[in-house]
Amino acid sequence: MGIEQILAISIFVLMFFLIVTDKIERHIVTLTCGGLMLVVVFGFCMKSFPAIWKTLSLSSIVSSHFWYSSGEGASVSTGINWETIIFIAGMMVMVEGMGESGFFRWLCLGLAKLVKYKIKPLFIAFMLMSAGLAMFIDSITVILFLASATLELARLLKFKPAPLIIAEIFCANLGGSATMCGDPPNIIIGTSLGYSFFDFISNTGLIVLITTPLILLYFYFVFRKDLKKTPVTDASQLPDIKSAIKNKKDFIVSVVIFLIAVVMLVTHSMTGLTVSTIGVFVTVATLIFAGKKAPVILKKVDVKTLVFFIGLFIVVGGLEQTHVLELIADYIAILSGDNMYLLVVIIIWISGLASAFVDNIPFAATMIPVIKTLSVTSGLPLETLAWSLSMGTDIGGCATPIGASANVVGISAAAQEGHLIGWGKFCKYSIPATVIVLTVSTLFIFVRYI
Amino acid sequence: MDKQLIISIGREFGSAGHFIAAELSKRFDIPLYDHNLLDQIAEEMGVEQHEFKKYDETPRFSFLNRRVNGHSTSMQDHLVRMQFKFMQNKADNGESFVIVGRCAEHHLSHNPNMVTIFVLGNREEKIKRIMNIFNMKNEKEAEIMMKRKDMKRKTYHNAYCKGKWGDSRNYHISINSSVLGVEKTIDYLESFIRAKYELNG
Repeated sequence: MGIEQILAISIFVLMFFLIVTDKIERHIVTLTCGGLMLVVVFGFCMKSFPAIWKTLSLSSIVSSHFWYSSGEGASVSTGINWETIIFIAGMMVMVEGMGESGFFRWLCLGLAKLVKYKIKPLFIAFMLMSAGLAMFIDSITVILFLASATLELARLLKFKPAPLIIAEIFCANLGGSATMCGDPPNIIIGTSLGYSFFDFISNTGLIVLITTPLILLYFYFVFRKDLKKTPVTDASQLPDIKSAIKNKKDFIVSVVIFLIAVVMLVTHSMTGLTVSTIGVFVTVATLIFAGKKAPVILKKVDVKTLVFFIGLFIVVGGLEQTHVLELIADYIAILSGDNMYLLVVIIIWISGLASAFVDNIPFAATMIPVIKTLSVTSGLPLETLAWSLSMGTDIGGCATPIGASANVVGISAAAQEGHLIGWGKFCKYSIPATVIVLTVSTLFIFVRYI
Repeated sequence: MDKQLIISIGREFGSAGHFIAAELSKRFDIPLYDHNLLDQIAEEMGVEQHEFKKYDETPRFSFLNRRVNGHSTSMQDHLVRMQFKFMQNKADNGESFVIVGRCAEHHLSHNPNMVTIFVLGNREEKIKRIMNIFNMKNEKEAEIMMKRKDMKRKTYHNAYCKGKWGDSRNYHISINSSVLGVEKTIDYLESFIRAKYELNG
């Protein structure tokens, strides 16, 4: 092992350690470690300017297939995945616009009214809504608004909100795994390996379609005692749905932009528009229609997360350029032998286990080059490994409070209202659900692809 | 009391700090807030308080927690925020009270009507008191309990405050309750508090 490989691994381990210890904000960690990778590994050790340039990947932005991709197999680049960053930034702007208009609160309260504020149907409806919204919108936003509406309804209808919030969190992660844009690991997998929205929905989406009824039944069963009928609440205390809409014009515009974004995403493999183009479109459309509110929306965009991604991609790019990830791939190949079933089990369950304890975004980003190498060495189609990685990282993150960002946001929202969801309570219900989905995913991949 | 008086008492386990706080609350005729503060918070929020007790004055483990955009999975973080808000509201409303632990000397440090005290004690005295209160026969057992509790308090305090737990520079007065005995320590602290109270005009 060369000095550059040892240093690249050290920087990577340091980054993971600092992310896990949570003492320093994670965007500072990844950016600093990314800077170290560029200067120390590429600059001093490898003395390779082309490696730095390749990792920064700035040339990818000016290439035509970054914006328009005719035919299959979009840009497959190493280093900073600008397509992911531009798309996530665009979705952030769009979601901020939707939040400003009151869309999410209107949707939650409307659905609650539709089920006549009855606890059991509300429980099922909110779980489905969580999964449905998370297919197109980032799960943090979905949970932020859904948990807030749940807490508001829990106060009025006098039910315990913690079970519903735990179920909503799980469903948001589950729904997110169904599509390319639902969960950050999927966006990274999709843009890095050139998969479309349709590829995801017809593969991981199918797994989610099978597992969703099982998960609804599971949560309904484990929380059945908490879903008892509540005394009839005074109708005047119930929230007015119309009041949720802050501005009718903004509301209509944000819904239309959202629907156009969904159509663009669903059809992007046919139209050739890449997710970067979609990201730029939703940003421009939201900001134009926002008018004077545009600076407010831009200010709310989570720049830290975007910086986190940039730093992360540089670090992973460093591991890739120094061929460290090939070593990991070789080790996994030796471990699985010629057994393709075992290889799928390793990818799904190791990804699941790792994502339960460390942020699933860096894990997925690291594993993408690994599965590319594994696909070549094992002969197993890349897409089989990609869906295994997607399900493992997305669903593994559901198991613990720290596995996925949506979990953190949901738990925090509940705790702010005095409903504490500690490790014990969260894991008690989420680990069995995670095992159910990962088992079904493993069997599905066995039957369909091997 | 016509003027606001806040007494913040930090303490080593077994030093009789809590007992001293309770006695001072009686002598100055002002309410005492210790773990009962959680009962009040829970009541105000309409939630069950037993869940809060599990995380009260316990340390936060970085490895088991994560923050995302200002949100945290640490129950300790949330409880600290709730307790701080509760203390702050009481202080802002001009109420007088004695508060035990909970980083009050740090959170309310801007309040000129607060007296900050740290009570410590000699090892032997503390062990004797712990054995007496918890009906323990074994000295070693009491010492282990004392060390464990103090470590928890210290970790909790140092995670949420700038100053270090027990560092005399962070308190108006640090006092060893074993030197004068508990009763005389209370008398001494009472006169100290009255002197500072008068000084505040």
